Amino acid sequence: MTRFSGWNRYPVVDQPLHAARDRRDVLSFSTAGTGRVARGNGRSYGDAAIGVSETLSTLKLDRMKSFDAASGLLTAEAGVLLADIIATFLPRGFFPRVVPGTRFITLGGAIASDVHGKNHHHDGAFGNHVQDLLIVTPCGELVRASRSENAELFRATIGGQGLTGTIIEATLRLMPVETGWIRQRTIAASDLGEAMRTLEENDGATYSVAWIDCLARGAHLGRSLVFLGEHAKVEELEGGAPDKRFPKVAPPLLGVPFDFPSLALNKLSVRLFNEFYYRWGARRVGGPFQVDIDPYFFPLDGISNWNRIYGHRGFVQHQCVIPTERAASVLAEMLERITHWGSASFLAVLKKFGAASDGLLSFPQPGYTLALDFPMRPGLLEFLEELDKCVMEAGGRLYLAKDARQSQATFEAGYAQTVGVFRSLRQALDPVSHVKSRLAERLGL
Amino acid sequence: MSDTPKTLLVLGATSDIGRATAHWFARAGWNVMLAGRSLDALGREADDIATRFGVSVTAHALDILTTGSFADFLDGLYCLPDVVVSAVGLLGDQGRAESELAHAVEVVRTNFEGPALVFDMVAARMIARGSGTLVGISSVAGDRGRASNYSYGAAKAGFTAFLSGLRNRTAGKGVHVVTLKPGFVRTRMTEGMRLPGLLTAEPAEVAKAIFKAVEAKRDIVYVRSVWWFVMTIICAIPEGLFKNLKL
Ligand SMILES: Cc1cc2nc3c(=O)[nH]c(=O)nc-3n(C[C@H](O)[C@H](O)[C@H](O)COP(=O)(O)OP(=O)(O)OC[C@H]3O[C@@H](n4cnc5c(N)ncnc54)[C@H](O)[C@@H]3O)c2cc1C
Ligand SMILES: NC(=O)c1ccc[n+]([C@@H]2O[C@H](COP(=O)([O-])OP(=O)(O)OC[C@H]3O[C@@H](n4cnc5c(N)ncnc54)[C@H](OP(=O)(O)O)[C@@H]3O)[C@@H](O)[C@H]2O)c1
Repeated sequence: MTRFSGWNRYPVVDQPLHAARDRRDVLSFSTAGTGRVARGNGRSYGDAAIGVSETLSTLKLDRMKSFDAASGLLTAEAGVLLADIIATFLPRGFFPRVVPGTRFITLGGAIASDVHGKNHHHDGAFGNHVQDLLIVTPCGELVRASRSENAELFRATIGGQGLTGTIIEATLRLMPVETGWIRQRTIAASDLGEAMRTLEENDGATYSVAWIDCLARGAHLGRSLVFLGEHAKVEELEGGAPDKRFPKVAPPLLGVPFDFPSLALNKLSVRLFNEFYYRWGARRVGGPFQVDIDPYFFPLDGISNWNRIYGHRGFVQHQCVIPTERAASVLAEMLERITHWGSASFLAVLKKFGAASDGLLSFPQPGYTLALDFPMRPGLLEFLEELDKCVMEAGGRLYLAKDARQSQATFEAGYAQTVGVFRSLRQALDPVSHVKSRLAERLGL
Repeated sequence: MSDTPKTLLVLGATSDIGRATAHWFARAGWNVMLAGRSLDALGREADDIATRFGVSVTAHALDILTTGSFADFLDGLYCLPDVVVSAVGLLGDQGRAESELAHAVEVVRTNFEGPALVFDMVAARMIARGSGTLVGISSVAGDRGRASNYSYGAAKAGFTAFLSGLRNRTAGKGVHVVTLKPGFVRTRMTEGMRLPGLLTAEPAEVAKAIFKAVEAKRDIVYVRSVWWFVMTIICAIPEGLFKNLKL
C-alpha cells in the first residue's frame, strides 16, 4: 500500500502503486486485474492518475530511443520527463513544440492530457506534434497508433487520460530553436476587458498568457500582467557570446520541505503573494528583455513542492474554457463571484486558445481559458458548482487534468460532441474495465 | 580531455548503478561498451545513451557465471577499454542460501568468482598495454559478516581482498585499481527495503564517485564518507559482543 494523490493533494488514497521497469511489466500488469490506470509524474490535479483499485507508475520507462536532427523526430519511452528532454536537447538547439507550466511531467502524461502551452493559439496542443504511439491496450495487446494506423485509437488516446491503455513509447517532433533564450515583453492591463483585448491584439506573438490579480476588485476586476514571448534569435542576444546561446537548465532552487499549516494560506498571505508577484512583474513592463526558459515557462518549478504551501488539506484547481463570444461577460461574472465568496484564488491564469485538436477528450477549444487555484475548505465544493453553472451555460467545459470534483452532468455537457464516441470505443476496447481511474468512475467513462 | 574519446566498459550495465555510471561517463564524452546477460535489455540502454549523449555505444553479451566465455568476450570488444567497471552483483536470499546449496554457490560466484576472474584477464591486457583503470564495486557488507547477508558479505569480502591484491600487482605498471564501497543505494537490489536517508545514496551519486575516483586514482572509496565512520565503529566491536548483536 502506498499513500498518494494528485499534485493538489486531494483526494488522497491508499492503494497498491506498482512500478513498471520495462514494457514486459506493462504487458503482464494490464490484464492481471481490473480498475487500474497508468500514472506519470502525478502532476495532474485530481483523480485522473489514480486507479479504482491499483495504479501503475511509468516513471521507470524513461529511456530515449532515437533522435533525428534533420527532422527533429524524437522517439522515447512514455516515462521520460519533459525536463529531461529539454535538458538533453535544448543545448543541441531543439525544444518541445508545446510545454505546459511545469517541466516535471512525463511524455505519457503530456499526451494523455493533450497539454497546452502559452502558444496554443498558434501551435495547438501537445498531441498535434505527436507522430505515433505504442500502446498496451486494456486487453494486453501491443498496438501502434498514428493518424494513419489505428487512427481511432490514436484520437482517443490523445487527451484520453490513460483510459485507452498504457502508452509505452511515443514519437514526437521537436522544433529547432536558435538559442535557449526568450525575449519577453510584459504589458500591464488594468481590467479583464483590457487583458482580453491585449491577448487578442497580440495574437501574432508566439507565446502569450495573462496573470490575473485575483484580489483586484471593482473597476480593477481582472487587472493583469500579460506576458508575451518569442524565442530569441542569435543576433538578438544581449551580450551575445556564442557560448551563452544555451543557458544551463537550473534545478529547483527552493523547496517547501514541510506542510504549511492549513490556515497559513489566508487572505493576508495571498495578498502578500499577489503584491509581491505584481510588483516584481510590473517592474519589467515595457520593452522586451531576455530571460531563460525556466522563469518564462516554468515559474513555479523554481520552488519544488510548492503544492505543500496549501497544507495537508490540499487544494483544487478549476480550469474552464469559455467560447470567445461569451468569454468577456462570463469570465467577469466568475471573477465577481470569487470576490464575493471571499476566498481568494492563489493563482489565476488567463489564456486565449486557438483551434481545437482532434483528440476526442482534448480540452482546448476556441475561446478563453481561466485557471484558478483554491485552498480546500468547507463550502468550496458547493461554491465551485456555482462556477460550473456559469461555464455550462456559456457552452464551456472543464479540463480533466485539473479536475477532482466536477459532476458527470457538467462533464457530459462540456464534452457532449465526443463523449459518446469515446464511450463506445472504450466499451469495445475494454469491456471488463481492466482500465479505470477514479476520474473515469466519477464521470461514468 | 584528450582529442580521442576514451572508452568505458561496464559489466552489469543493466543495473541501476551500472546505467548511471555509463550515463555519467557518456555525458563527459566517453564512448561506452555495455555488457550483461540480456542483449535486449542492453540494446534499450545503448539506444538511450546514444540518443542522449551522441557517443558511440555497443552492447556485448556476458554471463558472469560462464567463466569459460571470458576470453572470447574480451576478444570480441572493438578495443581494450580505458576503464572497466564491474557492477555485477547478486544480493540473493540469505535464508535460501543457508538451505539451498545452488543458491549459495550462485551468490558467491556472481559477487566474487566471476568479477575477479574477468578482472584478472583484463588486468593482464592492461598491464601489457601499460595503462587502464579497473573499478570493482564491492560492498561495506564485506567489511564484516552479519547474519542477515553473510553469503553476499563473504563474497564481497573476497572481492575486496582480491581487488587489494590486484592493486598491489598492477602498481607501478600503469594500471590502477579502485575498490568502491557504495553503502546503501536506492536501486532494484534494495527495492522495498527501508533505507536510512542519511546513509543512502542515489545511483547517480555512485556514478559521480566512480568518475572522480578514476580521475583522482583513488584506491578505496566509500561513496558517502559517513560510511567509513560507521564501518570503523562496526569493525571495532569485539567479536564476543558482536556475535550477539542484531544488525
Ligand atoms: C505547476 C503546474 C502547471 C501546469 N500547467 C499546465 C499547463 O500550462 N497546461 C496544461 O495543459 N497542463 C498543465 N498542468 C497539468 C499537467 O501538465 C498535466 O496534468 C499532465 O498530464 C501531467 O503529467 P504527468 O506525467 O504528471 O501525469 P499524471 O498526472 O501522472 O497523469 C495524468 C494523466 O495521464 C495519464 N497517463 C500518464 N502516463 C500515461 C501513460 N504512459 N499512458 C497512458 N496514460 C498515461 C494518467 O492516467 C492520467 O490520466 C500543470 C501542472 C502543474 C503541476
Ligand atoms: N544497491 C545497494 O545498496 C548496493 C550496495 C553495495 C553494493 N552494491 C553493488 O552494486 C552493484 C550494482 O548493484 P545495483 O544496486 O545497481 O543492483 P542491480 O540493479 O540488482 O544490479 C545487479 C547487476 O548484476 C547483474 N547480474 C547478476 N547476475 C549476473 C550474471 N550471472 N551475469 C551477468 N550479470 C549479472 C544484473 O544483470 P540483470 O539485469 O541481467 O539481472 C544487474 O546488472 C552490485 O555489485 C551490488 O552488489 C549495491
